[in-house]
Order: sequence, then structure tokens, then C-alpha cells
Amino acid sequence: MDIFIKIAGALQDWLMNGMGLSVTASELIATAVWALVAILFILVNLIILVWMERKLGAFFQMRRGPNRLGPAGFLQFPVDIVKVLGKEDIIPAAADKPIYKIASICAFVTTICAFAVIPFAKGMVLEDLNIGIFYFIAIGSTATLSLLMAGISSNNKYSFIGGMRTVAQMISYEIPMAFSLLGVVMMAGSLRLTDIVEAQQNMWFVIPQAIAFIIYFVATIAETNRGPFDLAEGEQELVAGYFTEYSGIRWAIFFIAEYGNLVAVASIATIMFLGGWNAPFGLTFLPPFLWFMIKVYCMIFMFMWVRWTFPRIRIDHLMHFGWKFLIPVSIANIMVTGIGIYVYRMITN
Amino acid sequence: MLKTQELTLNMGPQHPSTHGVFRCVLNLDGEYITKVVNHTGYLHRGLEKLAEARTYTQFIPYNGRLDYCSGMMNELAYVMTVEKLMGITEEIPERAQYLRVIMSELQRIASHTIYVASFSLDIAGFTGFMYAFRDRDRALDLIEAASGQRMMPNYMRIGGVAADVDENWFSQLQKLLDDMPASLDEYDGLITGNEIFQARVKNVGIVTREMALDIGFSGPNLRASGVDHDLRRDEPYGIYDRFKFDVPLGEQGDTFDRFVVRIKEMRQSVNIIKQAIKDIPEGPIMAKVPKVIKPPVGEAFHCIENSKGHLGFHIVSDGSTKPYRTRIYSPCFVSLGFFPIVAKGQHLMDAVVTLASIDIVLGEVDR
Repeated sequence: MDIFIKIAGALQDWLMNGMGLSVTASELIATAVWALVAILFILVNLIILVWMERKLGAFFQMRRGPNRLGPAGFLQFPVDIVKVLGKEDIIPAAADKPIYKIASICAFVTTICAFAVIPFAKGMVLEDLNIGIFYFIAIGSTATLSLLMAGISSNNKYSFIGGMRTVAQMISYEIPMAFSLLGVVMMAGSLRLTDIVEAQQNMWFVIPQAIAFIIYFVATIAETNRGPFDLAEGEQELVAGYFTEYSGIRWAIFFIAEYGNLVAVASIATIMFLGGWNAPFGLTFLPPFLWFMIKVYCMIFMFMWVRWTFPRIRIDHLMHFGWKFLIPVSIANIMVTGIGIYVYRMITN
Repeated sequence: MLKTQELTLNMGPQHPSTHGVFRCVLNLDGEYITKVVNHTGYLHRGLEKLAEARTYTQFIPYNGRLDYCSGMMNELAYVMTVEKLMGITEEIPERAQYLRVIMSELQRIASHTIYVASFSLDIAGFTGFMYAFRDRDRALDLIEAASGQRMMPNYMRIGGVAADVDENWFSQLQKLLDDMPASLDEYDGLITGNEIFQARVKNVGIVTREMALDIGFSGPNLRASGVDHDLRRDEPYGIYDRFKFDVPLGEQGDTFDRFVVRIKEMRQSVNIIKQAIKDIPEGPIMAKVPKVIKPPVGEAFHCIENSKGHLGFHIVSDGSTKPYRTRIYSPCFVSLGFFPIVAKGQHLMDAVVTLASIDIVLGEVDR
């Protein structure tokens, strides 16, 4: 499955030798092409995910789900997007127009940026940063800003409350999320995502870091604003939360960004805890890239399962749960991991 | 010192969780409510006035539009009041009496499942909504098979019921009754037993025994506050004195109790229908009533245990074919008065749950 890497090498080779460009210019163009590929990757995943969400939701609720357009309703979402493109783009008269307009784009950009460091297979990574996981967390926290921008600029009370909730929720859940990943980083001894995957060839980190995995799972549900932590858009009291006023394609971009985030956090969970592209039990007949995607989709299935089963939690319970339970437990996990590593080194030396 | 300001939020009339076109103006301090003002009347159709321009028989179908989740029981309350006015309460045939009870309890199941559904949806448990609607539809299918309409049955008649049901209908009903306890256990597993659900609804929106009596709560809401009162048992109308059933009570009158009481009531409804099917005799379904209904001059009030509480009709007759005045005592309107009192000081998310817990239907609030 190094076909993608070979294509990449061939393209760069052609740009340098065939077109006679300098090394810097050819690398720049190649990076741009791969960024485009990343966006396409998100969009392709989006179609599958929305279909999957609808079908799974229907399955959990004893409904049929979409079944008219295409095989098993698979074309429903592409057609929905066409519909959304044709909708009028309404901007409220009293809205803060420039901020209102760029808010949805900001949300999408942060999502794409997160994909820059995610290795899908050996060598299949846009930019193998030596601080990969740090970069991912940093980019993830800027997503808060775009939701706050949308909430405040709409000049709508429901949006405003939604925006406030988003900030409170995302900032408090970023801490346990980052702390839960720290345990893995300590065990792998590197912030580089490819190194972390390589370190899991013999044992996935989900086994020694089971508590961290659960904390990460809970915290990311809150980070991606999905049920039961979808307080920012709590339909029952806030109509649609921060994007109440958005319509047409601007609304759809928020929607795309949400699912893009879902893929990103599921990918990180796969890389950090589920061994990345490493095949389980030596089942190497499938290419590493496919193994990676299977694991990502298993994670996403879990997210959807939780979403369609649980009712929404109350905001103060959410805060208590984050600050009084998840953060202490994740700090304790770091301590135990540290002691464990120390003891292990003492024994092996 | 930071300057803070209260936010005035118009919740409704178009809002996902005001259960129709109810509007309330909330003063918010952050997300905590400091003041609530109810505004009703968006669904006012003047049903009481309309009744004055219709003959007694013509007004029966309008009752389905009152509380559109329990049409059968509204019609029953109306026709029983007219029968009381005419003095023919004793002449209703046995089979019609039993059919009235079966239909009422079936409608109570349908109404309470919609409560479970909408309550579950108000805490964002969409799956619970679908589970409850599955069973509600089976009850409605039976009502449709008997009356021809799902929600506006127009089934009760002054002096009996409109149509008889056959053996096939009873076997379908028996199937529903057999499946219902398992379905209710499913609700308990999916909704009532859920950790997040319990954290959301326990100790929220507490209405004490005294408060409930002061506000004028009735039906399941009153029983959730621990007041042991059920018209079906305490002042039995029709043939309710022939059935044995329990009256479930709540402990402290919070939203959780109001939810649980309704689930328990559905179990009792299943119980009552089972007893009714066993005893139902053959025979006519209509009493001998005149073609043109002209009650004697006078007035009558009759109150039944609706799925929402005490639904009463007060009809004043001047001896003509049309009532001189009809007054509808609506349990939902009375219960709604508790919202400004209880929601004060609550979190916005709790207020939504509190409002959902008293099971209002705006068709009945505004009439």
C-alpha cells in the first residue's frame, strides 16, 4: 500500500526534473496537492459518515432511515448538499457581518489543519512534525474560537448562550483530553505521531493506558460537541445553539467541520491507543491504510452508539464531571504511568 | 466590579420544547431564570363559544381538538355531561359502558406514551421518543380500527358509542396488552434507569403536596406529589367501580416522580382493559335517545379522570337544541400555572424538563 507514497515521489520527481523547478518550489506544489487530497478525504468520509449516522440512528430507533436515493439511500447526503447550496444565505441585519461570515470558514480550516499531522500509514503523512500531538491539541483548541465567533456575531440570544456554553465546555474538556494523551507520550517517548505508532508494534497502548483511553473517549465527545455532550447546540433549550441563525452553505460548512473533527479525533484515538496502521494479531493480509480506516470507523461507531443512546447531560453536571472527576483521574493516570516507567527501567537496567 | 445585565429571552411560541405554541418570557441571569411570565392564547379557537352555535351532537367531534392526544376521553367527558343533563346516565347499555372504559384506557396509554416520548425528547433522548411512539401507534391503530380516525375519533355518542368492535379487534387488543408490559420494561431500561436521565430529573421542579393542592394540580401530576386522589376510584363514573386497580403515587413530587407515576399508570391501564375484556357482555351499544337532543332546562357539571387530570364540562341548557353556555375545565391550563413558580431560580435546561414534566397540550390550555 505504498502506492500513495510512490505517486507522491513520482509527482515531486516530475516537478523537479520534468518541469525544472527548484526543490523548494516543487515541495511547495506537492504539499498543496496533498492538502487538497486531505480535503477530498474529509469530504469522502463525510458522505460515508452522514449515511452511516443516519442508518445507525435508524437502526437504533427501529426505523428504516434514508432508502430512496441510490443504494440504501447512500446518495441522500450529496443531494442534500446540492439542496443546501441552492438555499438563500441569510445574514441577520443586526449581525456582526465580517465575523459572522468567516466564522464557519474558520471552523472548517481548523479541521483541515488537524489532518496535516495524521499518518494514515507508514510514510503517508502530510507533515511528520516532531511535535505532532502537541500541534493537534493546539489546533483543536482554536476550534473553540470559531464557534464563539459564530455565537456572538449572530446577535441572537440563543446563539449567544450556545457560544458561552461552547467555550466553557471545550476549554474544560481540553485539559483531560491533553492529559490522557500525555500518558501515551510518556510511554512512547516521543511527540511524533509516527514514532508513537511504531512503539505500538508489540502492544497497543490501549492495554496499559485503558483509563486514559476512556478519559480520551469521553473528553473527545465533549470536544466534538456530540451527544450526550452537545450542550452548545442543545436543541431543546437553545433551538440550534451557536448556528441558530446560519442557513444554506454556511450552515453546511459547520456541519462538515463537525464530521471532519469526528474523523480527526477518531484518527488520533487510533494512533495513540489502537496501534495506528499496525495490523492486529499479525493479520497483515489487509494493507495498513485499510487497517487504519477500519479502526477509525470502529471508533466512530462507538461515538454514534453513545450519541443515539444517552440523553443530554446538564451543563453544571458536565463541568463537575470534567473538573472534579476526569482531570484528577487523568493526573493520577500520569503519575501511575510515570512510576510504572521508572520501575520498569529500574528492573530492565 | 464587572457590569452584568439580565437577559430577557422570549421562549416560544415557535420553540422546539414549548410543546406547541406556548410562549414564556424568561429573565435570565447567566443561564439561571429569575422571572417567568406565561403567555397563552396562541391556539385559542373559541371552542366554548363554538359550542353555543352547535347542537349537542354536533359538538362531539370538537372535543378531539381539545387535548388532541386523548380525544376519546374528552368526548367521554362531554357526552357524560350531556347524559347527566338529560338524566339518562343509568340507561347506557352495558356493552357501551365497557367499550367506553376500554377506549378510555387505550387512549390513556396512547397519551402517556406520548408523554414518555416527548419527555425523553426534551432531555435529548431521541431513541426513547421512537420507542414510545412505536407503542403509541399500536394503540392508535386500534382506535382507528374502532372509530375510523387516529386522533380525532368522534366515537362517543350521547347514549352510547358510535360503532361496535368485533372479535378480530379484541384479538389485536389482546396482542397489544400482552406486549405492553415488556415495552414498559424497555422504557425503564432505556430511559428511567439511565444514569444521566436520573441526574437530570431527580430533585428538579419539586412541587410539594401543599403546593400541588394550592395550584390545583390534578391527575398524575397531583399523585406524583403524593396526594392519593383518583376520580376513577374515589368518585367512580361509568362502570369504573367494577374494576380493581392501584393508584400509583410519587414520593416528593419532582419531575422524576411525575415521569414514573405515568409509566406505572400505563401498567394499571393495561390491567383495567384486561378485566374489561374478560367481562364485556354482548348487546346493544346505544341507548334509546331521541333523534333531536333537547335536554331540559338546567345545568350539569361532570368531571372525569383524563390522562392529564380532571377534565370537566359545565353545560347550561335553556331547553333548546343548543347549549346556552358550555364551560370546559381544562387540567392543562390549571397545571401550567405552576411553571412561573417552580421555574424561578432554575437553570434553563431544568426549566425545559420541568415544563415537559406536567404534560401540557396547548389545544387544551387555550381551548
